[in-house]
Amino acid sequence: MEISITVNGEDYRRDVEPRLLLVHLLRDKLRLTGTHWGCDTSNCGVCVVLLDGVPVKSCTVLAVMASGRQVRTVEGLERSDGLDPVQQGFIDRHGLQCGFCTSGMMMTARWLLDHNPDPSEREIREAISGQVCRCTGYENIVRSVRRAAELEAGS
Amino acid sequence: MQVPAQFEYERASSVEHAIALLARHGPEARVLAGGHSLIPMMKLRLAEPETLIDINDLSELAEIEVQGDELCIGAMARHADLLASEVAGSHYPILHDAEHVIADPVVRNRGTVGGSVCQADPSEDLSAAFAAIQATAVIQGADGTRTVSMREFFTGPYDTVVGPAELLVQLRVPIHPDGGSAYVKVERRVGDWPVAAVGAALRLGRRNKITDAGIGMTAVGAAHFVAAEAEAYLRGKPATEEHFAKAGEIAAAHCNPSADQRGPVDYKRHLAGELTRRALRGAAERAMARAV
Repeated sequence: MEISITVNGEDYRRDVEPRLLLVHLLRDKLRLTGTHWGCDTSNCGVCVVLLDGVPVKSCTVLAVMASGRQVRTVEGLERSDGLDPVQQGFIDRHGLQCGFCTSGMMMTARWLLDHNPDPSEREIREAISGQVCRCTGYENIVRSVRRAAELEAGS
Repeated sequence: MQVPAQFEYERASSVEHAIALLARHGPEARVLAGGHSLIPMMKLRLAEPETLIDINDLSELAEIEVQGDELCIGAMARHADLLASEVAGSHYPILHDAEHVIADPVVRNRGTVGGSVCQADPSEDLSAAFAAIQATAVIQGADGTRTVSMREFFTGPYDTVVGPAELLVQLRVPIHPDGGSAYVKVERRVGDWPVAAVGAALRLGRRNKITDAGIGMTAVGAAHFVAAEAEAYLRGKPATEEHFAKAGEIAAAHCNPSADQRGPVDYKRHLAGELTRRALRGAAERAMARAV
């Protein structure tokens, strides 16, 4: 069936099977491979994207459910004036090792900072508690999100 | 790659439209709310509906509000909405306790209250919470709405009284100013199903006498998610540690847990008793705090 979807501000129309998952629409049809595909069971969180501004696990959303809605992926983080503070924070604090969980972590971090510009360590850990880093690099991920908050606060 | 089998997709534009679509497509159609139970089951072929009827556009079903002396929770309220709802948390902190330990924050953005109870998983948290607070389900069909106590809502694992051409639209809970409630869960890690969990709601009268007690249990094979014998024991007695401990013993004796990867029967039965005691203690403390 025909769907129309806005991804990172760009409108796309595609003819898809209803059973196509959002993560596969993004990766295979739109070639936006920054969103990763991991456990397929809504446990690992590497596929997190923002759907109408809210983090969701895109392996558990049908592409047809996202028709008419706004999706933001890691490719949509960068701003016209440079990297998003979340991206810079992950660079500054070595928030990635293998990088597999990074795009999902950054999308949730973006949402967190939009709603809570000064999150505590506990709040950051809770926000990413549905996402797994197989390198177990959580300490640096938390520091990266804190760094992003500081960058946004201008300090 | 895990992909569901083929199905037809329909998007409902109103409650009436959803019910008409359900009637037209028959019993092999399923309602698609958050999809966080249904889509994984479809990937595993544990569910193979011929048609999915997406009700995510029905924002009229997402309200959480007080109407008269009842707290009303729309079936499409997301777990995150219920967790963020001050009105729900002030009247029934048990709902915030439970929502805080359901799945993880990203899944809670998507999963819905109505979808969770309609899934009728024997380990579902909200089923125990709504049993404890004696909620009522509002179910709509072509001929109008009917109400069913959440204690009569479940007809078995993954089965409810909601008919093939009906839609759960709302949960209603009577508000009691003399009440307190709490939910406690033991899980192996964040986002997991409970090893065991218990919710309790108490109403206290003069000298902290228990005028009504509701105890909901999940993942331990309690009939209708209710510890009815422990509730009956508590009514009319003072809210004391001694009575809570005895109620825990009764609840543990009457539940029927199964051994699985989350633990053996004796461990789960022990948890059922201890968590009953803790939930009752928490509910009583909150009821007493409101009475001050």
